[in-house]
Amino acid sequence: MSKYTEEQLEKELKEKEYEYGFYTDIESDTIPIGLSEEVIRIISAKKNEPEWMTEWRLESYRYFMEMEEPEWANVHYEKPDLQAISYYSAPNKKPKYNSLDEVDPELLNTFERLGISLEEQKKLAGVAVDIVMDSVSVATTFKETLAEKGIIFCPISEAIRNHPELVKKYLGTVVPQKDNYYAALNSAVFSDGSFCYIPKGVKCPMELSTYFRINQAGTGQFERTLVVADKGSYVSYLEGCTAPSRDENQLHAAVVELIALDDAEIKYSTVQNWYPGNAEGKGGVFNFVTKRGLCEKNAKISWTQVETGSAVTWKYPSCVLKGDNSVGEFYSIAVTNNFQQADTGTKMIHLGKNTKSTIISKGISAGKSQNSYRGLVKINPRATNARNFSQCDSLLMGNECGAHTFPYIENSNSSSKIEHEATTSKIGEDQIFYCNQRGIDTEKAIALIVNGFSKEVLNKLPMEFAVEAQKLLEISLEGSVG
Amino acid sequence: MSFKDNIVSSFIALENEVDTESYVHQLRNKALADFERQGIPMRKEEAYKYTSLKSLFGKDYTLFPKKETAIEYKDIKKYLVHQIDAYRVVFIDGIYSSHLSQTTHDKFDVCLMSSALSHPKYSSVIQKHYNKLAGNDGLSSLNTAFAREGAYIHIKKNIAVEKPIEVVYFSTGNEDHLMVQPRNLVVVEENAQVQIIERHQSLTDNAVLTNVVTEVFADKRAMVDYYKIQNDRLNASLIDHTNVEQQGDSEVRLHTFSFGGALTRNNLYFYQRGEHCNSLLNGVTIIEGKQHVDHSTLVHHTSPNCESYQEYKQIFDDKAVGVFNGKVLVDKVAQKINAFQQNNNILISDKATINAKPQLEIFADDVRCSHGCTIGQLDEDALFYMQSRGIPKKEARALLMYAFANSVLESVKIPEIKARITKLIALKLNVEIGFDL
Repeated sequence: MSKYTEEQLEKELKEKEYEYGFYTDIESDTIPIGLSEEVIRIISAKKNEPEWMTEWRLESYRYFMEMEEPEWANVHYEKPDLQAISYYSAPNKKPKYNSLDEVDPELLNTFERLGISLEEQKKLAGVAVDIVMDSVSVATTFKETLAEKGIIFCPISEAIRNHPELVKKYLGTVVPQKDNYYAALNSAVFSDGSFCYIPKGVKCPMELSTYFRINQAGTGQFERTLVVADKGSYVSYLEGCTAPSRDENQLHAAVVELIALDDAEIKYSTVQNWYPGNAEGKGGVFNFVTKRGLCEKNAKISWTQVETGSAVTWKYPSCVLKGDNSVGEFYSIAVTNNFQQADTGTKMIHLGKNTKSTIISKGISAGKSQNSYRGLVKINPRATNARNFSQCDSLLMGNECGAHTFPYIENSNSSSKIEHEATTSKIGEDQIFYCNQRGIDTEKAIALIVNGFSKEVLNKLPMEFAVEAQKLLEISLEGSVG
Repeated sequence: MSFKDNIVSSFIALENEVDTESYVHQLRNKALADFERQGIPMRKEEAYKYTSLKSLFGKDYTLFPKKETAIEYKDIKKYLVHQIDAYRVVFIDGIYSSHLSQTTHDKFDVCLMSSALSHPKYSSVIQKHYNKLAGNDGLSSLNTAFAREGAYIHIKKNIAVEKPIEVVYFSTGNEDHLMVQPRNLVVVEENAQVQIIERHQSLTDNAVLTNVVTEVFADKRAMVDYYKIQNDRLNASLIDHTNVEQQGDSEVRLHTFSFGGALTRNNLYFYQRGEHCNSLLNGVTIIEGKQHVDHSTLVHHTSPNCESYQEYKQIFDDKAVGVFNGKVLVDKVAQKINAFQQNNNILISDKATINAKPQLEIFADDVRCSHGCTIGQLDEDALFYMQSRGIPKKEARALLMYAFANSVLESVKIPEIKARITKLIALKLNVEIGFDL
């Protein structure tokens, strides 16, 4: 555990407003609002993209125009007006920094308040940070260290220019342009994101990390992340999100594609703490994300997520277990408070023989929030000896929230084993009594029990995130127990 | 002629035979409009995602069969639980057969829906309960639009019916494609108790489609023990809608045994309206060939301190397809609920498919709700153990499967039904052993 004390928690409870809710005043280069072929061409031109990329975006846009916004999710919100969004916003002063001294001091200040001072990060824990501030990467560290190993870790716009053959080969192979409404939108207008390529047999020596934030008012954010782990390689990728508070709803429609070739392993961890809206349910980020990974032979993809923010979350990090003996894992904690709504879960598509998947999902709902688990386990006739274990537990706090479970299980062969179990319960009065009796006050006891409830997932997070995640859980749930 | 056109013209034919001024006929008109608006559910609807009704409704069904029945007791004896003394209500091609039925009784009403719907004596009960619980989805509406016959069971206050009531629908195969739509109403008043056995059986291999709606009302402290035996021929399909409403302290237990039929869809909906209700939904499915069984259950907890228990054990061989779609809904006020849902499946063949969707929707915080769903195979070690002790493989497998289903059988309260089901399982598994080892 961190040195985070009770007093600190108490203090944070009093200052209840979203702690990362501040706004950095940096001149931004924003294009007119609205969505059209013209806008897409401008985005593409601004990023000096090659012809094929522009075409790819336009093709996606055409698919997008034919689609309708889906409504099956168990969430209710006012649909964002896609014509009222500016699709491109880049910090204006955009020189290529060689050292931190050259970075806009105001920007550095922002990072410090977020608790990620670059200098510290550099020295600490060996984390290379690729910072996305309003869609465009302005600083990339540790690039040289990674380059020695042949690892490519850069903004995707740079990858499109410098490594077109890799991008061309893999982009859109896991999440096709016409996969769904928001994926198509993302494919058409994505501003930036990260690209990561681990060459054959290389173990990435450090955790790769990217911070996404939404800064400019009224700008949607559409990242595109592509991680390719070549044969026998390993990478652990961290993604963290914090966003300044805004009154209007902001749309976030990212696409993440993971490709694990034969014998490769990708670990993808997310801590999501976007602005959830205030206690009256006003404002907050719409988080509609498509995340999917493809496993070739003997490959492994592991998703870990801690979802505490966003007004509406709608995401299903999935694994397509295409190769024989591949493994997919999904560990999730979703916390909703006040008026937050989350519809999240995973899809495990077993195509290859002897494929295995594990799903551990913990939902905690408090206040007037709604928390849904929606998952699919599909075993193809060819996927003999497939194995799945799913566990979804929900914890309810207060009687105005809801917990929902929608697991879909489809099996079409006789040698597979599937287990699914789910429970819904509240924190036991006897558990709290036991803590009280030993001098732990109720608020702290709840934090303790929630931490215990979530432990299986927290354990899967990389060290640096685990501490932050625990802290987030406590803050998210404060005041939810009467 | 499309199915919808057939329905509309048949409805006109129906209007010539029934009292079009009655309360029930107003319901029919409204239901027909509901059906015309919604039609037959398609696969793109979530509730029918895994069950396609398209080919089923593609046939040209006769809705009103010719009125000739030459069925003798000996023809149907084997389909009855004849070992026990029971009240019997027997229908042949949707029409009541008085000489095969046994309904002599007093103190409570076991009679026909047709007379209940027309006789003023029953009108208060009909107005209070009839069609109050059935859904207005396409298929339920279709039934309501054509409802005129079925079993009407009304148990008055403080009466425990001493023997089971057996409701059996036979189809004779006089028509190539017959569609029957029986309608049952069961009203059990305070402190009353009843046991009901329901079965649909075709006597020949001609295609028959049954679209049945049953409404069960259990008043305070009432006890209802309901058994559905589904072991029909391969050309018979069944779409069953059973809606149960429970008042405080009542207990309703419903067992569904699905062993046969081309396509069987069970929509089983429980609504708990009072405190301390207890609902039990159990089922055993054992099918093979190209059969398709779909269980769709809902338990809606609207009051505190209630319990529900669901256990479905299913075994699929060959190209059989199984669907389990269970839902537990707990309202905000329904605190201290204990809801349990379990669905275990065994796939014996590589071509068999199971699609399961066990859902929980919980809005109350002080509840205990859990569900489990497994799909697996027979335990190889256990098989080996039995074989090493001289039990042949086939019998060993049958024993394991019987043991798998046994937890559901144990909750069957009528010993004769238990014996009958056990025998059916043995027959299904093609072994000649009694399982009462």
